[in-house]
Amino acid sequence: MDIRPKVLITKIGFDGHDRGSRIVAAGLRDAGMEVIYTPPWQEIVTVVKLATEEDVDVIGISSLATDHLIVPKLMEALREGGLTDVAVVVGGIVPDEDEQMLLDAGVARVFHPGATIAEIAGYINDITPGIRARRLTA
Amino acid sequence: MNKPIDEKLLAIGEAEAQWRKEYAGQIGSDRQVTNRSGIDIAPLYTPRDWDAAQHEENLGYPGQPPYTRGIYATMHRGRTWTQRQLIGLGTPADYNARLLGILAQGATAVSLIPCNSVYRGIDMDESHFELLGTCGTVINTADHMDRALDGVDLARTSCAMNDPSPFTLLAFMLAVARRRGTPWTAITGTSNQSDYLSHYVANHMFFRIALPGARRILGDHIDFCNRLVPKWNPMSVVGQHTQQAGATPAESMAFTLSAAIQNAQDCMDRGMDPDAFLPRFTFFFDISISFFEEIAKFRAGRRIWARVTRERLGAKDPRSWRFKFHGQTSGVDLTRQQPLNNIARVAVQAMAGIFGGLQSLHTDAFDEALSTPTEFGARIAVNTQNILREEAHLTDVIDPLGGSFYVERLTDRMEAEILRVMQIVEDAGGMYKAVESGIVQKMIGESASRFQRKVESGEQTVVGVNAYRAAEDRTARQPLARPDPAAMRAHLESFRTFKAGRPAQAVNKALDELARAANDPKLNVFGKVVEAAEAGCTHGEICATLRRELGFGHVQALV
Repeated sequence: MDIRPKVLITKIGFDGHDRGSRIVAAGLRDAGMEVIYTPPWQEIVTVVKLATEEDVDVIGISSLATDHLIVPKLMEALREGGLTDVAVVVGGIVPDEDEQMLLDAGVARVFHPGATIAEIAGYINDITPGIRARRLTA
Repeated sequence: MNKPIDEKLLAIGEAEAQWRKEYAGQIGSDRQVTNRSGIDIAPLYTPRDWDAAQHEENLGYPGQPPYTRGIYATMHRGRTWTQRQLIGLGTPADYNARLLGILAQGATAVSLIPCNSVYRGIDMDESHFELLGTCGTVINTADHMDRALDGVDLARTSCAMNDPSPFTLLAFMLAVARRRGTPWTAITGTSNQSDYLSHYVANHMFFRIALPGARRILGDHIDFCNRLVPKWNPMSVVGQHTQQAGATPAESMAFTLSAAIQNAQDCMDRGMDPDAFLPRFTFFFDISISFFEEIAKFRAGRRIWARVTRERLGAKDPRSWRFKFHGQTSGVDLTRQQPLNNIARVAVQAMAGIFGGLQSLHTDAFDEALSTPTEFGARIAVNTQNILREEAHLTDVIDPLGGSFYVERLTDRMEAEILRVMQIVEDAGGMYKAVESGIVQKMIGESASRFQRKVESGEQTVVGVNAYRAAEDRTARQPLARPDPAAMRAHLESFRTFKAGRPAQAVNKALDELARAANDPKLNVFGKVVEAAEAGCTHGEICATLRRELGFGHVQALV
């Protein structure tokens, strides 16, 4: 079985600043992961569809300008789509007040500016076996 | 550009030889330094690095071509830069309250940042409610603009609007002016973000009409404003987007100048006289914390533009040669860690812009790396400018770093690097084709990754991030600036009521006319946008019509 993590890197909402999502996508790819990258402004339904079809382990949402405020809507849509075993990770400008809100909504982790590719890749490598195991036993 | 100086021609004097010897013996003397644009930086610059004989030709005097020392004779000594802070949050009423406060404090120039839903080309009733007004003001109609600018004399207040293609915000403002009896010829300001090319390659904050349509609309917009709103600056060529996306300062200047040449060429291909539109071209740049590099970037860019406009574009009016620019301190250099450090960073960035000779300046709030800036952060940002201007006396002497061996040498080196990148674009067939082919995006992506690796390896220090880390006290943080949901809900309901109550026939007719213009090159699309705004059409309706007729732009995959 391929143990390489499969990650979807995307942006939802209205903001188009994609330096962060591009750097993280390229960095994770260089770290040996299978990365599916989308341009900004994806609809929530599109993200759910992509995650389902591509069978990803992790969804990385990049947020610079408050778009993380609709991540709870994404979490809800993932649950409705039956994707309870996918880990959602948010990275970008996320105020402290909002971080707790995201964790409460089921987000696995929030990465702030200054996080390195090595930290992000290490985290994804750590959680992927658990995600795979839960999927097999589900 | 100065000719490279042949060191053999100028003998090293005894004193310099002694310095060289002493320097070579010191610890750290072998440390290599390269700036963000990839230029090697020597430990010392001397008269041998600067060909003083070419002083007149390469520097001249302020207000004289090639404007290396500034585009006006008096520069900041006579009139300091315009303090133009970007504002925009919440409903039009929220914006208006903030605006009137700023005007009461003596500001004469204002700015307007729309909600990101506006950038996306959709109305508030098509948007995620949670996001409305969190990053800018929700303006979808001429009525909204009227409310936002209530109590503001449009004939006396210069307004810069972040208003990407198809320029509906200006259309709404012109509709408001007509209602109030203000002649369009009296209106001053700038269409920020009108440069579709930089949006296309970098931050994508516009609704992405496909490239050919965006090119057409920009030309129509410039033509319309030249004829009917002559004091308006319809063209703001943006370097900020590419640099924030990761381009080096030299690359960013090169892409911006290449885009300006492309836009000017497009206007000339329509039969417009360069001296009719070039005086209304402006530029908008990011100012990073790479202090001397930024100063040299601006001085070199000014020199190149003076030569390009005269020699290549054939402009004869000196106003066409002047490189007028707005600078914004770079949010990319700001950190979430120990955020008060950002106040120091912004001050250094602002000084680089001031010494670089900018015409207007926005200083970022220190809390931008945490959230949409708070009023507390914005006040410190404004006072940073006041301190630099009035306490530190940075405006007393024109181009105070001119003649510095290092700054002049670096200006020449940056100029050479900018010209090198411009040649790559030129070889690809100009900026439009270079962007279409993706080579610009590729260069930006590579530079962004290179910089990220420098930060991750520790080669580039970022205080609080990869060095000098400290435990943080978060209790002092300001509450988040977020719009009042009840006020936004009321704004949304009133918008729905407005839409339902409009004369449908007039709206449909205006949108049909707009669609017809999109397909008829003899008609002016922006003129029809203005008519649609006056007929009560909404931003989203206008954008949807043009997207349908001119195509939606694709977005690039990862390179």
